[in-house]
Amino acid sequence: MLTYIIRKGAMAIPILIGIATITFLLNFVFVPGDPVRIAMGTNADPDTMETIREEMGLNDPLIMQYGRFIGNAARGDLGISYTTRRPVMDMILSRLPATAMLATSAMAIAIIMGVTAGIVSAVKPYSFWDYIFMSGAMVGVSMPVYWLGLVLIVIFAVNFNLLPVGGYGSYRHLILPAIALGSRQAAYIARMTRSSMLEIINKDYIKTARAKGLAEKIVIIKHALRNAMIPVITVIGTQLGYLLGGTVLTEVTFSWPGIGRMAIDAVFRRDFPLIQGTVLFLAAVFIIVNLLVDLSYGVLDPRIRYD
Amino acid sequence: MNVEPEVRQESIETEEVEKYSQWKDAWRRLRKNKMAMIGLGITLVVIFVAIFAPLLAPHDPYYSPVMEDGQAELSMQGPSLSYPLGTDRLGRDILSRIIYGTRISLIVGVITQLIALAIGITLGSVAGYYGGIVDDVISYFINVFLAFPFLLFAIAIMAVFQDPGIEQVFLALGLVTWPGLARIVRGEVMSLKEEEYIEAARSLGAKDFRIMTKHVIPNCLAPIIVTVTLGVAGAILAEAGLSFLGIGAQPPMPSWGLMLNAGRDYLRSDPRMMWFPGLAIMITVLGLNLFGDGLRDVLDPKMRD
Repeated sequence: MLTYIIRKGAMAIPILIGIATITFLLNFVFVPGDPVRIAMGTNADPDTMETIREEMGLNDPLIMQYGRFIGNAARGDLGISYTTRRPVMDMILSRLPATAMLATSAMAIAIIMGVTAGIVSAVKPYSFWDYIFMSGAMVGVSMPVYWLGLVLIVIFAVNFNLLPVGGYGSYRHLILPAIALGSRQAAYIARMTRSSMLEIINKDYIKTARAKGLAEKIVIIKHALRNAMIPVITVIGTQLGYLLGGTVLTEVTFSWPGIGRMAIDAVFRRDFPLIQGTVLFLAAVFIIVNLLVDLSYGVLDPRIRYD
Repeated sequence: MNVEPEVRQESIETEEVEKYSQWKDAWRRLRKNKMAMIGLGITLVVIFVAIFAPLLAPHDPYYSPVMEDGQAELSMQGPSLSYPLGTDRLGRDILSRIIYGTRISLIVGVITQLIALAIGITLGSVAGYYGGIVDDVISYFINVFLAFPFLLFAIAIMAVFQDPGIEQVFLALGLVTWPGLARIVRGEVMSLKEEEYIEAARSLGAKDFRIMTKHVIPNCLAPIIVTVTLGVAGAILAEAGLSFLGIGAQPPMPSWGLMLNAGRDYLRSDPRMMWFPGLAIMITVLGLNLFGDGLRDVLDPKMRD
C-alpha cells in the first residue's frame, strides 16, 4: 500500500512539472511586451521599472528564470503579484477557505442528490421517477452553472427575498452558489450511479442476498451500492476539474471572494504571476484529489490490490 | 443517407459493404432512440436558424437605435409585436441577437472541434501507431494537458491575449480539448494496428501514411464522431462561460454568454434580459448532448458511462 502511494505520488511529479512548464511558457514567452510595463502602466518611472525588473529577475536569461520558477514553485513560492506586490501564495491561501467551502459544499450536494437520484432510478428503471430524474440530469448537464445561478438569484433572492443575492458570510450566502455549482456534478453522478447500479443489480450475488431473505434496503445499500460506487467515485474525481472551473463562474456570479474570482480579476489586471500561480495551484489540487480517488478504490473494494 | 448506388458499384470489395452496413445499421438503431431523435431535431433547428438568421431575424442585431439615432425610448423595452423579446439597453432587438447568436455558438463549436481534431487525430494516431518512445512523449503531453482543470486552462490561455475576442476563443478551446480526442484515437489505433487487414495492407507494401489514413482512422471514426458531437456542446458552453466572464467574445457581438453578462446588471429590474440567452444556450447544448448520447449508445457501446 505504501509503495503504491509513493509510486503514484512519484508519477504525479512529472505531470506537475509539465503543468508548471506550460503555465511558465504561457505567461512569460507568449505574452507580448514587457511584463513590468504591463503591470505598471505606460507612464511609470523608468528607474522604478528597472529596479522591479532586477528585483524580479526579469533581466536574467529565460532558462534561468524557468529554473528558478520551477525550484520556487516546488517550495511553495509562486512569486510576487504585479498589482499587490504580495506573495502569490499568500493571496491564494487567504482566498482558499472561501473556495474550499464552496467547492466541498457543492460536491456534497452533488453526491447526495446524484447518488439518491441514481439509486431511485436504478431500483425502478423506466418508472416515473426514473424519467424525472434522468431528464433532470440531462438538463443539468446542459445548463450553464452561472445561468442556473442567475435563475436562482432571481427566484430566491429577488422575487421571494429568502436568501442574499451574493456575498460571503453566513451559511445563507452559501446555499445558492453551492446548489448552482453542484447541479452539473449531481447530474453526472446521478447518471453514473444509475448505470452502474443497473449493472450490479442483476448480478448473482444480489439475487443470493435477496434469496437469503435480506431486507431490500440492505441489499441495495450494502450489497449493490457499495459495489456500484467505484465508477461513481471515478466520475467524482474527473468532475472535480470541471467543478474547479465552475467555481470561477459561480464566484463571479455570486460575488464570492474565492480564488476563482481573484484569478479573473488578475486576468483583467494582466497580473501574470497571480494567474499563473492560481492555475498551477488549482491544477495541483486537482491532481492530488485524483490521487486520493485512486487510493480510495482499495478501501471500497478490498479485491483491488496495490502491488 | 441514400448511398445505394455506390454500394452496388463496389459490392466486390467486402470492406466497403461492411462499412456501409455498419453505418446503415447504426442509423436504423439511432432512429428508434426517441431521445436521440429529439436531440437531432433540436440540433437541425439550431443549424437552420443559424444559416437563415438574416431571413428570420426581424431586426439588425447590431443596430442600436439608442446610440445611432438617439431614440432613447427604445432602451429596455418590454416584449411587443415589433420586438417579441423586448430590447436591451442600447435598444437592440433581443430576439434578433439571440438568432444571430446561434451562428457564433455553432461556429465556435465547429472550429474548436476542427482544431482539436487536427491536433488530436495526428498526435493520437502517431502515438498509437508507432508506440515506444514516440508514444511515451505524446502520452506525457496528453496527460499534462488533461491534468489542467478545463475552464481554468482556457482562462489561462485567454489571459495571454491583449485584446481577447472570438478568434482567440477558438484557439484556446481547441488547445484545451485536443487531449481527450488524442487519447481516444491513440487507444483505438493501438488496438486496430494488430488487426489482420492492417498487416495485409502492410505486406502489400502500403506506406504508414496510407495505412493510417485509409485503414486505421476510418475504422475509429465511431468514437471520434461521438466525442466531437459532445465536444461541440462542451465548446459552446465554454465559449458562453468565457464571454460571460468578459474574456471571450467582446461587445457588440451577439454572443449568448455576453448577453448574460449584460443581463446580470438587471436581475432586479429586468430579469427578462437573462432568461432568453440562457435558454438558448441550454436548448442548443441539450440537443447536442441528447444526440451525442444516442450516437454513443449506437456506435460505441464500450464508451457508455
